[in-house]
Amino acid sequence: MILLVLALAALTASGLVALVTSQHPRLAAFCGAAGPLVAWALALTPALSVLTRGPVLSFECAWPWPFGAVVLGLDALSALFLLVILTLGAVTAVYGVGYMRGARSPLARGVAWISFDLLIAAMFLVVLARHALVFLLAWEAMALTSFLLIAFDCERREVRRAAWTYLVATHLGSVFLLPLFFLLGQPHASFVFSAFGAGLAPGTASICFLLALVAFGTQAGLVPFHVWLPEAHPAAPSHVSALLSGVMIKMGVYGLLRMLTLLGAPPLWWGWLLLGLGGVSALLGILFALAQHDLKRLLAYSSVENLGIVALGLGTGLVGRSVGAEDVAALGLIGALLHVVNHAFFKGLLFLGAGSVLHATGTTEVDELGGLASRQPVTAMAFLVGSVAICGLPPLNGFVGEFLIYWAALAGLVHTPAGAALPLAALVPILATVGGLALACFTKAFGIVFLGQPRSPAAAAAHEAGASMRAGMIVLALACVAIALAAPLLLDPIAWCVAPLAPSAEVVPRAAAVLWQVLLVAAALSGLLLVLALVRRWLLRRREVRSELTWDCGYAAPTSRMQYTGSSFAQPTVDLFASLLRTRKRIAAPDLHFPDAAHLETETRDVSREEIYEPLFEGTERLLKRLRVLQHGRVQIYVLSLVVTLVALLLWQVR
Amino acid sequence: MSALSPAWFEIGLALLLAPLLNSVIARIKAAFAGRQGPPLLQPYFDLAKLLRKGAVYSSTTTWIFRAGPIVAFATTAAALLLLPNGRVAAPVAFPADFVLLAYLLALGRFFTISAALDTGSSFEGMGASREAHFAALAEPTLLLGLAALARKTGALSLSQILPTTSLLAPEVGLVAVALAVILLCENARMPFDDPTTHLELTMVHEVMVLDHGGPDFAFVQYASALKLWLWSALLTALFLPASGNAWVAGALTVAGVFAVACGVGVVESSMARLRLLRVPQLLATALALTAVALILVVR
Repeated sequence: MILLVLALAALTASGLVALVTSQHPRLAAFCGAAGPLVAWALALTPALSVLTRGPVLSFECAWPWPFGAVVLGLDALSALFLLVILTLGAVTAVYGVGYMRGARSPLARGVAWISFDLLIAAMFLVVLARHALVFLLAWEAMALTSFLLIAFDCERREVRRAAWTYLVATHLGSVFLLPLFFLLGQPHASFVFSAFGAGLAPGTASICFLLALVAFGTQAGLVPFHVWLPEAHPAAPSHVSALLSGVMIKMGVYGLLRMLTLLGAPPLWWGWLLLGLGGVSALLGILFALAQHDLKRLLAYSSVENLGIVALGLGTGLVGRSVGAEDVAALGLIGALLHVVNHAFFKGLLFLGAGSVLHATGTTEVDELGGLASRQPVTAMAFLVGSVAICGLPPLNGFVGEFLIYWAALAGLVHTPAGAALPLAALVPILATVGGLALACFTKAFGIVFLGQPRSPAAAAAHEAGASMRAGMIVLALACVAIALAAPLLLDPIAWCVAPLAPSAEVVPRAAAVLWQVLLVAAALSGLLLVLALVRRWLLRRREVRSELTWDCGYAAPTSRMQYTGSSFAQPTVDLFASLLRTRKRIAAPDLHFPDAAHLETETRDVSREEIYEPLFEGTERLLKRLRVLQHGRVQIYVLSLVVTLVALLLWQVR
Repeated sequence: MSALSPAWFEIGLALLLAPLLNSVIARIKAAFAGRQGPPLLQPYFDLAKLLRKGAVYSSTTTWIFRAGPIVAFATTAAALLLLPNGRVAAPVAFPADFVLLAYLLALGRFFTISAALDTGSSFEGMGASREAHFAALAEPTLLLGLAALARKTGALSLSQILPTTSLLAPEVGLVAVALAVILLCENARMPFDDPTTHLELTMVHEVMVLDHGGPDFAFVQYASALKLWLWSALLTALFLPASGNAWVAGALTVAGVFAVACGVGVVESSMARLRLLRVPQLLATALALTAVALILVVR
C-alpha cells in the first residue's frame, strides 16, 4: 500500500513541479510526464500481485471532517482499472511531451500538465476509495481537472462551449451519487463501502441501482446521457482525448460494477435495462459516428458505441446471474471487462493517431485529408491497427472481448428458458449490425484519411509525428497485439475481478481452451499471409512492375477532387437510417443547361441533444427567468424586502 | 486431427475445385441464353494466365493495396478451417466458432475495401461504400440464423450444429432461405450485384478490384471463388442428412456445393439486378425470416 501512496504523491508532486517550472517548457514537460511514468512503475507490483490472487490491500486513517475517515483499498477490480489508468496515463504523457510543444503559452501548458497529473491521481483515488466521502471528493477532482484540460484551447468558442457542457453534464450526473450514498449508508450510519448493502430492502436496492445507473451511465456516456461526450472529447488536446475516451469514461463502468458488488442479487429487470441501454447506445453510437465529418468527433461517438457493447456484456452477465446460469454470467462479465481494457488501448491509440494527423495538417476534417499513409507511415500503421482492433476483427484484441460477449449471449440463448433466451438472442444481431457498421465507419476513417490522394494542400504537406508521439502510438499498437496473444492467460485475473459477482472457476479453463483455438486459427491465418506474400514476391521477381495513373475508365487526368469523400462513402447507410440520424442537408444542385457551381453540405447533430436536452434546459431557463421580477437593481427595493422578511420572521417568532 | 482425415481432404477439395463453380454458373447462364458457354476449365486458364503476368500499380497506392488480395484470400481459406462437412467435424471447432468465421470474412472485407479506397478512384470508392453498406445489413442475418439453429440443436459449435439439422423442421427451412439470400449478397451475385456487366457504375464487388492486375487479381478471383464455395458448403450442410459414412457425406457435400452453384446460375439467368434502394429491403426480409425462425425455435 505504501507504494500506491508514493505513486499518488509522485503524481501530485510532478504536477506541481511542472506548474512551478512552467517558464522552462522543456523542464516542465519532462517533470509533468515523469509523474505518470513513476506512478506506473511504483503501482505495477502491488496491482499485479492483487490481480494474481494476492491478498487485498487496505489502508485506513482517521480524518478530522464530519463522518470522515480515509479508507482506501485495492482489490482485483480496482487493480485492473488502476493498471489501465496508469498505463494509458504513462503512454499519453510521453505522447503529450511532443504534442504540447509550442501549443499556447508556457503557463497554459504548465496548468495543463498539473491538471493532467492530477486527473490521473484523481482516477487513481476513485478506484482506491472505500469511503463515500473520499470517493465523492476524488470524483469531483476528476471532473474539475478534466474540465480544465478540455478547456485548454479556450480561445476557441466551441471549445469553451464544450467544456461548459461537460461541466454541467458531469455534475448533473454526480448529483445522483448523493442520494445513492445516502440510501446505502443510512441503515448503518456509516459511509464505508464495506458497511453498504447489508440488509438492504429489495426496493431500496432497485432505487440504488437506478441512481447508480444514471450517475455512472452519464460518466460512461450511455445513450441518452451521452450528449456531453461527443462535444467534450474532441475539444481536448489529443493525448487528453485519448485519456478521457480510453480511461475516464470507464470510471462509470467501475462505479457501476462496484455498486453491483454491494447491492446483492439482481432482479432480472436490471439486466434487461442494461441490455436495452447498451443496445441503444451501441447502435446509435456507431450510426452517429459513421455520419460525422470530424475524425475526433467520430472517435468520440464510437466510444459511446463501445461503452454500449460493455453495457451489453454487463447486462448479459446480470441476466445470467438472475436466472442462475453461471456460464452466462461469468462469460458476459469477463467479456465486458476485457472489452473495457481493450477499448482503453485501441481508442487511446486511435485518438493519438488523430492527434498526429491534427498536428501535421491542422485539421481533423475527414474530407480535407487523404493520402497520409505515404507521408505518415508510422501513424498510418498505428491507426490501421487501432481500426482493425476496434472493429472487433481477429486476430487483434478487439475480437476477444466481443467474442466472449457473443458466446455468453449464445450460451444464454441455448441453455436458459424462453423468457431470458429471447432478449439474449436479440443481442446477437445487434452486435453483428454494430460490427458491420463499425467496419464501415473505420474503413471510412482509415481509408479516407490515410489512403488515396490528399484532398487539401495541408494534407499534401503533412509530415510524420515526432519521436515521443511515435513512441506513444507504437507502444499502444504493440499492446493491442500483445493482449490478443495473451488473452487466454488474461482470463483468470479478469475472472478474479468479477468473482464477487459470478463464480467462474469452472468456465475459465474452458474459455481459455477456446481462446487458444482462436489463436490457432489466427496463427494459421498469419502463416498463410506470410506464404502468400512470399509467393507474390516470387511471382513478380523478374517481371515488369510498372507504376501508372489510377484507372478511371479511360479518363487520363484524375484529380484528388474526383475521389470518394468520407461523406459520400457513408451516404448509403446514413440515408438508410435518416429517420434516426436526421442529417441536415443544404444542397444547391446544378440545374438547367449552364449549371453554376454546385454545393452540398451535410451536418448530423445529436438528436437527443436537440430533442430532449435543449428543450429541457430552455424550459428550465424560462422558468427561472420568472424570478427576475425580484431583481430590479434598485437598492431601496432590496432593503425593503430585507426589512419585510425580518419583520415577518420576527412576527413568526413572537407569535 | 490427422493429416489424412476427411476434414482436411475436404479443404483440399475446396481449394482445388472452387474455381470450377464459376464456370458451372457461366455454363448454366449460357444454357439459358441458348449459347454454348466457355469451357469448364476456363477459370483455371484465367488464373494461370494472370499468375504469369507482371503488375501495374497506380502511383497513388501504398502497401495496403498490395495487401488487400492476399488478406482476402488468406481469411477465406482460414474460415474454411471452421466449416464442417457432412458429418465430419471441422479441423477447428469450439463454442461460438461461427462468430470467428463471420469476423474472419469481415477482416478480408476490411482490407478489400481499404485497398479499393487506396486507389483514390471514384469508381472503386463507390464499390467500397456499397460493399460496406450491404455487409453491415447482411451480417446480422448470418449470425442470427446460426444462433436460431444453435438453440434448435442445443449446441454452440458449427461442427455440432450443422450435422444435426434436418430440413424437415420449418425453422431450418426459413434459415436456409435467409442464408441463400445472404449467399447471393455476400458473393456479389444477382439480384444484388451483376458480376458480368461492363459498366463499372453498376457493380459492387468487381468495381472494387478494377485496379488489380496480374498475380494480385488472380488472388482476388481465387478468393471470391473460395468464398462462394464456403457459403455453398454452409448452405449444403443444412440439407445433408445426419447419417452415413464420412467419405460419402463428403462426396455429398461436393455435390451439394455444385447444386447450389447451379441454383445461383438459375437465379442469375431469371432475375434482373435490384435497384440499389431495394437491396436493404431484401436484406431486412432475410433478417426477418431468421427472426421468425428464432421465435419458432424458442417458443
